[in-house]
Amino acid sequence: MANVLPPFSLADMAGEDRAFPTGSPSLVCFVKEDCPTCNLVMPLLQAAHDVGDVPVLAAGQTAEGNRTLIDRHGLSMPLLDDSTLKVSFAYDVETVPLVLAANADGEEVDRLVGFDRAEWRAFFESHLPNADVDWESLPKWRPGCGSLTQDPVIAERLRAESENNPLRARKIEIAPADDIHEFLFDQGFTDGLPVVPPTPERVLRMLGGTARDSQEVVAEIPPNYAPATVEKIAINAVLAGCKAEYLPVVVATIEAICNKTFNIHGVNATTMGASPVMIVNGPIRERIGMNMGLGVLGQGSRANAAIGRAVRLAVRNIGGAKPGGTERSTLGNPMKFTMCFPEWEERSPWEPLHVERGFAPEDSVVTVFAMTSGPALCVDQSSRTAKQLAGSFGLSMEAAHHVRAHNAGDVLLVISPEHVDTLQRDGFTKDDIREQIQKVTARPLADLASTEDAGGGLSPERLADLPEERRNRPTPKFASKGNIHIVVAGAEAGKFSGVFHGWAGGEIGSMPVSAKIED
Amino acid sequence: MTTILDPTDERVPVARTVTPRTGAVHGNVALLDISKPRGNILLDRLETQLAERLPDVTVNRYAKPTFTKPAPDALRRDIRDANDFVIEALAD
Repeated sequence: MANVLPPFSLADMAGEDRAFPTGSPSLVCFVKEDCPTCNLVMPLLQAAHDVGDVPVLAAGQTAEGNRTLIDRHGLSMPLLDDSTLKVSFAYDVETVPLVLAANADGEEVDRLVGFDRAEWRAFFESHLPNADVDWESLPKWRPGCGSLTQDPVIAERLRAESENNPLRARKIEIAPADDIHEFLFDQGFTDGLPVVPPTPERVLRMLGGTARDSQEVVAEIPPNYAPATVEKIAINAVLAGCKAEYLPVVVATIEAICNKTFNIHGVNATTMGASPVMIVNGPIRERIGMNMGLGVLGQGSRANAAIGRAVRLAVRNIGGAKPGGTERSTLGNPMKFTMCFPEWEERSPWEPLHVERGFAPEDSVVTVFAMTSGPALCVDQSSRTAKQLAGSFGLSMEAAHHVRAHNAGDVLLVISPEHVDTLQRDGFTKDDIREQIQKVTARPLADLASTEDAGGGLSPERLADLPEERRNRPTPKFASKGNIHIVVAGAEAGKFSGVFHGWAGGEIGSMPVSAKIED
Repeated sequence: MTTILDPTDERVPVARTVTPRTGAVHGNVALLDISKPRGNILLDRLETQLAERLPDVTVNRYAKPTFTKPAPDALRRDIRDANDFVIEALAD
């Protein structure tokens, strides 16, 4: 099938418009001044022009370069100004010089790339038999140079400006007199810290991190129930400082939090101040350089920090959940900036979280938990047996929400490597740990009632209404062992594990959700 | 000139018309309990006071299944169709 070359109209250096197709057989050429091979062939193009019966439309990639080429080679042929590179981009020029022979209908019939004397000679004999060229004076072969359109920065700008680019979001123009960072703050696009301006070039680069269509709707984010397209998520990922390879994790996390089971609306709105804690499992952890060791729950890792922040910014900007609006935390918590980390599966003797939740070990998965506080440390440097240590975890975890609040929902325990070693020595399973936590925290309801000295827990009146058997029945801290979620992470040194306290659990609140991370 | 892409949902602000305020309460008044603890007690007191001050007004009581989630569509429709006013007892 004939390759119909894109039509164009470009001005020559005298300002006269030259259009293609011309209605007769013609040559379309792309050159740039700083390419030695282009300089080699300029006299040949001039010779082609001098024949007179085939229009030669030679486009130079910089205006200044065109002027230099004209002076240097004494050209009388028109040199067209493609300094915007739009025609070079439309022709997908990779290497210059590029010479295309077109028929009267503008279809490509022949092409030359770089300089190969035999090819050029055959080309001229075929299309320009009357041209006067001393072929023997020319070198046998010279490679071409990269087209300016292939420069990474320029290529992104051209893709962003081209008509078939994948961007559909509203463009906002910021006047030169405005400080762009102040503008982004003023628009309410940030979480209170500076963000990376989401220029079209950056967003296109971000979209390169996923194979998904940019307009695919991943979820609807409350409270606005706005469609979160891959593009909108990518814009927020740019704001947050993500690299393109993080984007699949951000997209999967948005899917997970917008699952009705997770109930992101309630998590945002609650006065208790909940936030998604995101745990990443599987091969992607290593691939994108997540930190699962020293300082895992703190600052310093771009992947950990930026992925969590991108999710929060997407919820704020796309969903419209803002403090003072539908975000109504009494105190808030720093996890509302970001809280995302990977499990150190290789340092754990147990099944990793995603495998426990039904995924294959080789799957990459993100799991979200609605948490209100954490990490609250369990500092235990004295336990020498697994039983002691697991019991110690339980006592620390009893503080979740309130020491007297038993029958609680989800909790997330992050066990550090040194504590793992103590548990592993005695062959404790995750279930053994859960069992011991429930055992040491089981107390009769009568011991969990509000007193004159300290409130919280059941009211004395409510306690009095209960049958005696219920009052005396030991009630563990958590409603079930299944509410105790366990992962391994942190530095090799330090007998400190961390606990994230949950929010309202079950049907009336939020339940953990996992989503597979797809490229 | 720097161009950025809008990170928001691009909703155009919709000018909403507020129902005219007549200064009088009449017809049916919905009292909506969002199911936070003791919200029902507040609404009980309110209902008593409304009955004393506005004996011609009919009070209809509603409750959301849980305060953590938006009211179900059916409940929102019921409240809208059967009432002229709504008083919602918010959290805390």
